[in-house]
Amino acid sequence: HSSKRSLTKIYAYGHDQDQRKFWLALILTSVTLQDIRNTVGNIPMEWYKDYPHIGYDLDGKKIFKPIRNKDELDEFLDKMENPDYWRTVQDKMTGADIRLSDEQVDLVHRLQEGKFGDVNFNEYEPAIDFFSNEVMIHPVTNRPQDKRSFIPSLIEKEKVGKLVHAIKMGWIKPRRPKETTPQYYDLWAKEDPNSILGRHKMHVPAPKLKLPGHEESYNPPPEYLMSEEERLAWEQQDPEDRKLSFLPQKFACLRAVPAYSRFIHERFERCLDLYLCPRQRKMRVNVNPEDLIPKLPKPKDLQPFPTTQSLVYRGHSSLVRSISTSPSGQWLVSGSDDCTVRFWEVSTARCLKTVEVGGAVKGVAWNPNPSICLVAISYDDTVVLLNPGLGDRLVSTATDQLISSYEEPEEVKEQPVQWTVAEGEGHEQGHRLILKHPKAVRQVTWHGKGDYLACVMPDNGSSLQVVIHQVSKRRTQNPFRKNKGLVQCVSFHPIRPYFFVATQRYVRVYNLIKQELTKKLMANCKWISSMATHPGGDNVICGSYDCRLAWFDLDLSTKPYKVLRHHKKALRSVAYHRHYPLFASGSDDGSVIVCHGMVYNDLLQNPLIVPVKVLKGHTITHDLGVLDVTFHPTQPWVFSSGADGTVRLFT
Amino acid sequence: MGGLQKKKYESGSATNYISRNKARKKLSLSLADFRRLCILKGIYPHEPKHKKKVNKGSTAPRTFYLLKDIRFLLHEPIVGKFREYKIFVRKLRKAYGKAEWSGVQRMKENKPAYKLDHIIKERYPTFIDAVRDVDDALSMCFLFSTFARTGKCHVQTIQLCRRLGVEWMNYIITSRSLRKVFLSIKGIYYQAEVLGQTITWIIPYQFAHDHPTDVDYRVMATFTELYTTLLGFVNFRLYQTLNLVYPPKLDGQGEFSLKSECEEDYALESESYSEKLAALSASLARTVPSVEDEEAELDHFPAEGVKKKKKNLEQNKQKKLFEGLKFFLNREVPRESLAFVIRCFGGEVSWDKSLCIGSTYDETDETITHHIVDRPTIDKQYINRYYIQPQWVYDCVNGKILLPVEEYFLGVTLPPHLSPFVEESEGDYVPPEKLKLLALQKGEKPPEEDEEEEEEEEDDEDDEEEDDQSEDEDEAEDEASLAEMEEKRAQGKSLSVKVTPGKVKPENRMRTEQEEKAEEKRLAIMMMKKREKYLYDKIMFGKKRHVREANKLAAKRKAHDDANKPDKKKKKKKC
Repeated sequence: HSSKRSLTKIYAYGHDQDQRKFWLALILTSVTLQDIRNTVGNIPMEWYKDYPHIGYDLDGKKIFKPIRNKDELDEFLDKMENPDYWRTVQDKMTGADIRLSDEQVDLVHRLQEGKFGDVNFNEYEPAIDFFSNEVMIHPVTNRPQDKRSFIPSLIEKEKVGKLVHAIKMGWIKPRRPKETTPQYYDLWAKEDPNSILGRHKMHVPAPKLKLPGHEESYNPPPEYLMSEEERLAWEQQDPEDRKLSFLPQKFACLRAVPAYSRFIHERFERCLDLYLCPRQRKMRVNVNPEDLIPKLPKPKDLQPFPTTQSLVYRGHSSLVRSISTSPSGQWLVSGSDDCTVRFWEVSTARCLKTVEVGGAVKGVAWNPNPSICLVAISYDDTVVLLNPGLGDRLVSTATDQLISSYEEPEEVKEQPVQWTVAEGEGHEQGHRLILKHPKAVRQVTWHGKGDYLACVMPDNGSSLQVVIHQVSKRRTQNPFRKNKGLVQCVSFHPIRPYFFVATQRYVRVYNLIKQELTKKLMANCKWISSMATHPGGDNVICGSYDCRLAWFDLDLSTKPYKVLRHHKKALRSVAYHRHYPLFASGSDDGSVIVCHGMVYNDLLQNPLIVPVKVLKGHTITHDLGVLDVTFHPTQPWVFSSGADGTVRLFT
Repeated sequence: MGGLQKKKYESGSATNYISRNKARKKLSLSLADFRRLCILKGIYPHEPKHKKKVNKGSTAPRTFYLLKDIRFLLHEPIVGKFREYKIFVRKLRKAYGKAEWSGVQRMKENKPAYKLDHIIKERYPTFIDAVRDVDDALSMCFLFSTFARTGKCHVQTIQLCRRLGVEWMNYIITSRSLRKVFLSIKGIYYQAEVLGQTITWIIPYQFAHDHPTDVDYRVMATFTELYTTLLGFVNFRLYQTLNLVYPPKLDGQGEFSLKSECEEDYALESESYSEKLAALSASLARTVPSVEDEEAELDHFPAEGVKKKKKNLEQNKQKKLFEGLKFFLNREVPRESLAFVIRCFGGEVSWDKSLCIGSTYDETDETITHHIVDRPTIDKQYINRYYIQPQWVYDCVNGKILLPVEEYFLGVTLPPHLSPFVEESEGDYVPPEKLKLLALQKGEKPPEEDEEEEEEEEDDEDDEEEDDQSEDEDEAEDEASLAEMEEKRAQGKSLSVKVTPGKVKPENRMRTEQEEKAEEKRLAIMMMKKREKYLYDKIMFGKKRHVREANKLAAKRKAHDDANKPDKKKKKKKC
């Protein structure tokens, strides 16, 4: 019975089919053990493989293996003939064949099916709920109470007695009143001077509260009291923006002073500041403002430069957009929005000649070649080359001859510009050549030799923005194939075959011989308005509509060497002097600022730029001040034309 | 370039700072506990130099603590106490829930408590450090001591604050270290010099507080907890330096003189002693009998500069300002403040017996020199004493001299009360009253009692002079510009109408030179770099604003004086 139970137990654990044979062997050993006791114990039986016996019985005698001489054939025959072959197993301990009884086979079957070994065992007996939620009137256990539970404990009595005695004697004080008042002692008795560095170096002690001024007094001097408007303004302000957190008040006597309603608030805010406010060490800038001003050479030492307004050329009735001086410096030409071009004598401010043209004059430029007397005038889409006939008659006639001596080439090329020779009334006025452009021309500028003329026709859409005319051959070229932005102005290099093109933000420098881009200058401004090239050719200044003047040193970098923000409003024009180290800028704020701009031959020394004079004279009309500035070719004089219809000379 | 590439935000300032939430998590404290810990330990957020770097590229607004500070908090034993307290609260709540009243009782008795002694020692390693930082503690304690004993905080705290405040005031009286007093509309400011440190505190006027609802009293209570501990230790040490008994005891004589009166009218037996201390009318007991050797000690430094010596002398004189004077306070004046101030400068003070405990003599005493009254008239006047308004006492203290009493008589319009904390530097506006006071201090103008009119006139002149000085330049400029304009106008007219003989303009060399310099400067300013220009503009703006404010005050004063002049004259005529 006990073996059966153990079996069921074992079987409950192992379900593996392969192990079934093993279980069977185990059952057999337990069954056969009663008969032949093999005393070798639980050892691998292979050890007795080569012996005739397989162990020893209780008396110590050998148990011999049963004679087994069956070969495969016998085995087969046995399997075929013996009906009990399937229920015969070999006992490894004794080596004997055993035929399993019916009960044993039945047991094996049951185990194989996963059932309990015991037939009579009922797996599904009804469960009895001993500890249900129903409260029973009788106890589950009816054990009688211990005696000690109703007899007072002697040990405890002894303990309590001892405590009571101790209390009586005053050794123990039950519920001693707690020390509520704090005890103070000399906390800094052992002051260690080395421990002063208790806090790390980042410690920022809290600043003390600001001490009150006169205005906080209960009886302040009358000037500290707020007037009615001040009080209203104070009330309108946000509490954070107020300069004083309270309203100064005056009381006749101390008795009349009420409680300050924000007292607790202010203390609380101080507390918040102490523990919540991020602290930062701020270095107070203790600079003498005079030290910040850069030390520059005195303007007095940088003379000559124009200082005073000496002549005003009046006559134009509208804005004078452009002016230009003759190479000799004797004449001045100005073009205005009133559709006239006027020629002035510089030294007397007399208007010698007025030429009317068919539109508002955008640009005038006097040919820089002293042997030619020719002025280029641009209005609308036309550029007129005009011989004013001023000065030397020989030069004037030479110019006329030069123009009339032109011979038509054999093969006529298709040109973007139409060249016509002026005749009739125009010719009498001085018009010599008329160039019809496809678009409005904004600027004209001559090359230094006086043969080439560049015109700017700003247009965002097409590649035909700049054209270069050759007057002697009456030829026109469009140097650029591609549109690289809105062209603002152009300029020739005074010595080398370079060409400067200023678009909105960049100045591109082209080599005209190699026909390639040499440099691209970044002008750090929003919109370039004007540009001028230094007579040396290595420096360029750009004025822009965002009040900046950028000086580029082409040898240094493509970024500005210096940016000046000395004008209050947009710059309209800039100019270099041809000989003196001067440059000037005219702006919408009505002023012309003349700066000393010395360029050294030594490549190691950077240019020196010092503003030397602010010239004022033009009145601002329609938010426009000075529109054009230009220097006298030989003298340190500057001309400026303004929106008030005047041209002024500063000497 | 060899080595591993450095990762962003793993070194430098990003690792030196920690955001508040992270710090809280690191310490595993609730926000309230973290706040309390920061208050007690004096840990405050830092503003990093490059906030974006510290914030790991984010620009979200965050408060940052130094990581070192937070590490320093990790070792704080008080954090354990906080946790204990949390557990205690939980247990107590449970006991309440189970209605175990005996358990509740027991737990309440064993409520965990903590001491802040070590924190005080740690925050202020030397005594001087502690004294330097006692300003806020005093203001807070004095505020708490005026709270009503209901509601907002524990009664014990209020009592403790009151006790510490009284102890402090008694120390200031005994050491005579009060320097300045200021009656502001917020309260009364006191400034004392203790061990070379200037300490300023404010006491509100004696009124019931209208407790605001938008104030977190827990924060204030935590601060007070710290401040009371600090102030207690500071007081102990200060009393020790003066050989006074701590906790303070009244002097033998004082005790005797006070005892003769009936004290049970005022307070319970248990409280009468502290009330008497608070009356501030008697001196304190010393451990060693007092010897008047302090001044001698002070004067013995041979290497002192003359200036310092002079200052010392002045201070000693100020300390004895009210010595020999006997004051009597009427019942409507702020008794405590006046008693404190008068006693600080050596005066004797008393008040009506029924007003407060601790009065030393009666109103009928013939030796009383000053009777302080704050009402327009008084019925029964004694002939041999001055009846003055309380402001006189405070103005005397600030002026460091006994001012003439005439301006402070009953029913007289008081002169303005000036703040003693304002120190005018050059270019600031100085009110004329201050100039008058300075003159009095120098002894330049002896007070003329008989010729009141003259004096006042002189004052007026003074004022005008003052104003003139301040506005001199402006006016000069104005005049110059006016003249120029007139000239221009005249020239314009003459050009259009007739030809006047040309005048040789005398060339003002100085002026041209100045103009030249000004232009030079203007041109140089054009060439300034952007950053420098900004700084320069800012400085100049500040300077100009300063001047503008001073001018505005002066103009206001002038307008006020002009408006009041006829009134004054009328009054005088009537008189």
